[in-house]
Amino acid sequence: MNTIQLIRRAALVALVAGSVAGASAQMLINGAGATFPYPIYSKWFDSYAKIDPSVRFNYQSIGSGGGQKQILAQTVDFGASDGPMSDENLDKASGKILHIPTVAGAVVVTYNISGSPKLKLDGATLVDIFRGKITKWNDAKIAALNEGVTLPNQNIIVVHRSDGSGTSYIFTSYLSAVSYEWQQEVGANTSVKWPSGLGGKGNEGVAGLVKQTPGAIGYVELIYAKQNKLAYADLKNADGKFVSASIESVTAALATARIPDDFRFKMVNAPGPVAYPISGATWLLIYQQQKDPAKGKKLVEFLKWALTDGEKLASEIGYAPLPEAIQQRVLNRVAEIKY
Amino acid sequence: MAEINSMTVAAEMKPPSRVGDHVFKWITGLMAFSVLVLIVVVGWELYKGSNLAVHKFGFKFVTSSNWDPVEENFGAWPFIFGTLVSSLIALVIAVPLSVATAVFLTELAPPKLRQPIVSIIEMLAAVPSVIYGLWGIFVLIPWLREHCFPVLQKWLGFLPLFQGPIYGVSMLAAGIIIAIMIVPIITSVSREILRSVPDLQREAAYGLGATRWEVTRIAVLSYAKRGLCGAVILGLGRALGETMAVTMVIGNRPEVAASLFAPGYTLASVIANEFAEATTDMYLSALFEIALVLFAVTIVTNILAQLLISAMGGPRASRAIQ
Repeated sequence: MNTIQLIRRAALVALVAGSVAGASAQMLINGAGATFPYPIYSKWFDSYAKIDPSVRFNYQSIGSGGGQKQILAQTVDFGASDGPMSDENLDKASGKILHIPTVAGAVVVTYNISGSPKLKLDGATLVDIFRGKITKWNDAKIAALNEGVTLPNQNIIVVHRSDGSGTSYIFTSYLSAVSYEWQQEVGANTSVKWPSGLGGKGNEGVAGLVKQTPGAIGYVELIYAKQNKLAYADLKNADGKFVSASIESVTAALATARIPDDFRFKMVNAPGPVAYPISGATWLLIYQQQKDPAKGKKLVEFLKWALTDGEKLASEIGYAPLPEAIQQRVLNRVAEIKY
Repeated sequence: MAEINSMTVAAEMKPPSRVGDHVFKWITGLMAFSVLVLIVVVGWELYKGSNLAVHKFGFKFVTSSNWDPVEENFGAWPFIFGTLVSSLIALVIAVPLSVATAVFLTELAPPKLRQPIVSIIEMLAAVPSVIYGLWGIFVLIPWLREHCFPVLQKWLGFLPLFQGPIYGVSMLAAGIIIAIMIVPIITSVSREILRSVPDLQREAAYGLGATRWEVTRIAVLSYAKRGLCGAVILGLGRALGETMAVTMVIGNRPEVAASLFAPGYTLASVIANEFAEATTDMYLSALFEIALVLFAVTIVTNILAQLLISAMGGPRASRAIQ
């Protein structure tokens, strides 16, 4: 066979393959953003494929920053972020971007002291530990919260996330909410200038360092802590009650958190006797005016499903679903999407 | 007669076409040139991306030690320091190890042993960076913290380099991990260079009654020193840019400390850590400028190293890497 024949054949094969792919083409909806909700989103897309086979979702977990950038650049149909977008970034958008909260998660404080006793901590103590003001485990402030627990005379080694993350955003938001000094000196962000301690990359990096270092204290996502059976502290909430992190206590916090109309809210230190204080929601970012009517329609259908039936799948894999009152408010917002 | 015949035939033949040669020359030239273009484009893109930060912070960006994403105050000095120091530690550990290994393999090892050792060393180069990182967290760090560092502190604690609290994750741990990762490249390039030393050199030295050590030192190492430096530069290039494993063991603390036991941070690590979640323009721009600085640091260290080599003089035995 000469070369020209070969090329012709190759072209023919390509043409046939192309037309076959075209015939069975599903609508592809692209999204990108936060890594924290990736497991629940991929479960949703998976389950939804059985409900509506004509649409397929492609989600890339490139981080919240990436999600915000991509939705602003309109390279994706929806973005996802663990923190609400700033006014500055929203101003850059070509249209109105809606924040659609989907699920919430908690951040727990894990530690490595011999015997792994269950510790109780409060906001002020946690701030002092992470500012490097409390340096010993048997400090009077920690001891006062944990009567009956023998605390070692050991140096505290603070471990935080080194990579920018929604987990750090929630944790530093909490420290800012309970301490004016923290808010002034450090603030809340996906990355901050930590006053002390070591940085580990990812939940596994922090957990690894905490596990390996006697006297270490760090923070990880609740789901990660549960999967890896890490010890974590009960925290004193805004009502003065000690609460353990769980799906129920996070949903309770969601129910009592003050949520403004644009859904750009923080839910740290929410009131209520059973609300866990260090928790945060995650959002989908969607243009109110959809460019492609067919895609917009499918996207809205998916959102309605996700916020009702989809929410029921959340707690199975460790995410806190939206409480009913908020669910209704969010569905009303989804109904405002135009296409 | 036969000779005359073939000569007349050759004279009657058309001169061979030179088109192939020209095409070959142009294609290879284009390839070589495209690498240069690539470097310029990368540099230009980084400069463009970092415009905002360059204008806001100016030269202070490379001298300031403050890195505060909340206040949007950015200074890269701790990262530059961390990159240079961790690479230096890596070279201090890896160079003697690699050169000695290469000498053993070319000069001393029985032939049967050579190939297995070479294969094992080259296998080290094939292990992904993240695996070294995990091994670092779970094996190397605990061992360093429990056994190695306390001993170092006990015997060398009078030096500021070995003072302060021991966390395990540290500049020294990062240097050790990088050393392991650059040993294969330095070793295999050094081995090629030592093999290219002409046997005449060795024979001449033996002829003068030199011992094996003297032959290696005078006839081989001294002859090959420029090439060996080239091998070290290749290792240095890898060390400066190493990201994943370093991030996992260095402690990620943007601070300049005298102690090697203290945590540090590198340019490559901060980009890998913070780029994905950076949302504001200034923050992104500062990370771009970090990349620009890393680009510059790499180029400057390479130029300095090249100058060092050409200043050394001696016969050019660095063919193997040129």
